[in-house]
Amino acid sequence: MVTNTIDVRDVAKKFGSNPVLKKISLQLPVGQIMGLIGPSGAGKTTLVKAILGMEKVDAGTTTVLGTAMPNRKVMQRIGYMAQSDALYEDLTARENIRFFAELMSVPKSELTEAIAHAAQVVNLNDALDRRVSAYSGGMKRRLSLAIALVQDPELLILDEPTVGIDPELRQQIWAELYQLKSQGKSILVTTHVMDEAEHCDYLMLIREGIALAQGTPAQLEKDYDVATIEQVFLKAGRLQDESHRNL
Amino acid sequence: MRVIAIFKRVLREMIRDKRTLALMFLAPLFILTLMYFLFNTSSDTVAKIGVSRVDTTVVKAIKNKHVKITHYNANATAKDKVREDNLAAFIKQRDGKLTVTYQNSQPSDSALVRQALQGGLTKIKVQALAAATQAQKKALQQQAKVLKTLVAQQQKMAVAQGAKAGTMPIQSQQTKLKAPTTYSITSHYLYGSSDSTFFDTFLPILLGFFVFFFVFLISGISLLNERTTGTLTRLLATPIRRGEIITGYLMGYGLFALVQTVITVTFALTVFQIHMIGSVWLILLINFLLALVALSMGIFVSTFANSEFQMMQFIPILVIPQVFFSGLIPVDQMANWLQWIAHIFPLYYGGNALMNVATRGVGFAGIAVELGILVLFAVLFTVLNVVGMKRYRRV
Repeated sequence: MVTNTIDVRDVAKKFGSNPVLKKISLQLPVGQIMGLIGPSGAGKTTLVKAILGMEKVDAGTTTVLGTAMPNRKVMQRIGYMAQSDALYEDLTARENIRFFAELMSVPKSELTEAIAHAAQVVNLNDALDRRVSAYSGGMKRRLSLAIALVQDPELLILDEPTVGIDPELRQQIWAELYQLKSQGKSILVTTHVMDEAEHCDYLMLIREGIALAQGTPAQLEKDYDVATIEQVFLKAGRLQDESHRNL
Repeated sequence: MRVIAIFKRVLREMIRDKRTLALMFLAPLFILTLMYFLFNTSSDTVAKIGVSRVDTTVVKAIKNKHVKITHYNANATAKDKVREDNLAAFIKQRDGKLTVTYQNSQPSDSALVRQALQGGLTKIKVQALAAATQAQKKALQQQAKVLKTLVAQQQKMAVAQGAKAGTMPIQSQQTKLKAPTTYSITSHYLYGSSDSTFFDTFLPILLGFFVFFFVFLISGISLLNERTTGTLTRLLATPIRRGEIITGYLMGYGLFALVQTVITVTFALTVFQIHMIGSVWLILLINFLLALVALSMGIFVSTFANSEFQMMQFIPILVIPQVFFSGLIPVDQMANWLQWIAHIFPLYYGGNALMNVATRGVGFAGIAVELGILVLFAVLFTVLNVVGMKRYRRV
């Protein structure tokens, strides 16, 4: 019985001589939403790519859905939304979703329904047959999310999913994430928007490639003796800088 | 099937991009038409020659449809007249000696003049020879007459003397005196015909080049886009195999290359009535293989470019040199080391095979080696591509 959807142990990664991840460990229990928070350049995306097996790590292991990564087959059970929208601009939104659905081996008989459902979640039904080149930034973001959802994956890895999305739709997306969670799916979300962090079951604070703190939002606020996650983050950062100076 | 998904997507993207499509299908036709007229009108060029104090027999002999002769007075200087009247050459005669001054800014014009001169002088020599033989013949006939009368007299005398000997050799000598042989020339062309032009000979190579060039550029830039927009990384976050991506690409662009070849070959055959001896199917096969090589090479090279502009920079390095070794310039007349270099370029093999099939009617067996080498090139670059993609995903 797999209890952790994602199990990262002591992963380290350097780009040249510049360490990006320093011995990071992360466990995402089945059916939970975990938030990865940290400033840009903290190593969030690198960690996500290491989990997916797309980035070679220097040390440590990553296991996803009980399988050591990298593994091509496990990819089918992961819905991934990249930080930058990777879409085919000359194709329509429907064609984009269909293309990725085909790569994810969604059966032909379920294709139409899967596309319609994914589009409905992100509120793109009316614009499905427009070319992506005519889409706004927010629409592209939503389309990327729809693509991540299309094969009904057990694990969702979303890299900055709500950038450029208006508050109303953001709420809607979070509602959908809760809905997916209630179906037993696990979700890993990276963000640098602190108020989104409150939505997560677990949080992990990354800064300069180090996991500063881990725990439920309430736990973290209590541990650092502050009222919001934003303050937790600021305090943790200050402590990190102080310990650097003391070295 | 994931390969089919990639294949369909490549097709769809291409069809949406009308300009690229037009470039791929219409640009070769445009260039071909242009070249057709450029090379076919070159046979009507006329070189202007100025003459001064040159014997009329010589002038007459030199004259042909490719030269126009203008007469100048005795004290005209070659340099001035060539410059003033833009003459290809100026001929001056002093006694029996002809002095020719060429402008030589257009080597083809100089060649026309040289040809006319050489042809003219040969003509004069032949005429002189004919005249000489004619004169000899007359002289001999004269002699024969004299001999005849002599013989008659001798015979009379012999009859008188009762001896007939000595008449036979003289008669046989007479039969040898026949008119001098005149030569007429009948030409046979091993390949093509007397109206074969530069265009006919090199069209097959050009076809191969177009396919290579456009497929190289379009496929390379297309995969580069896939890389720079992040879709390649996104693709590799699906269970797709690296080989499946490359195969999908090969199928998609291979199909376009095939359509392009069919259009260009059909155009050349029907509109320009090109002489093509060998099988059209073989031409298509060679072009298809060339397209596969261009495709895998373009994709491979695109990994070393970070923008479309950097992709263009590979054209002078990788594409233009191939033109030199494709057979447009005879490779077997090159320096030895250049001939060796020729062997590293796919277009050398493609051009060779195309030329052999189109102008010499060689069959499949005759070009099997070239085809094999093209396949090897395609396989080599495809393997390199699949391995090279490891940097995006480790499996």
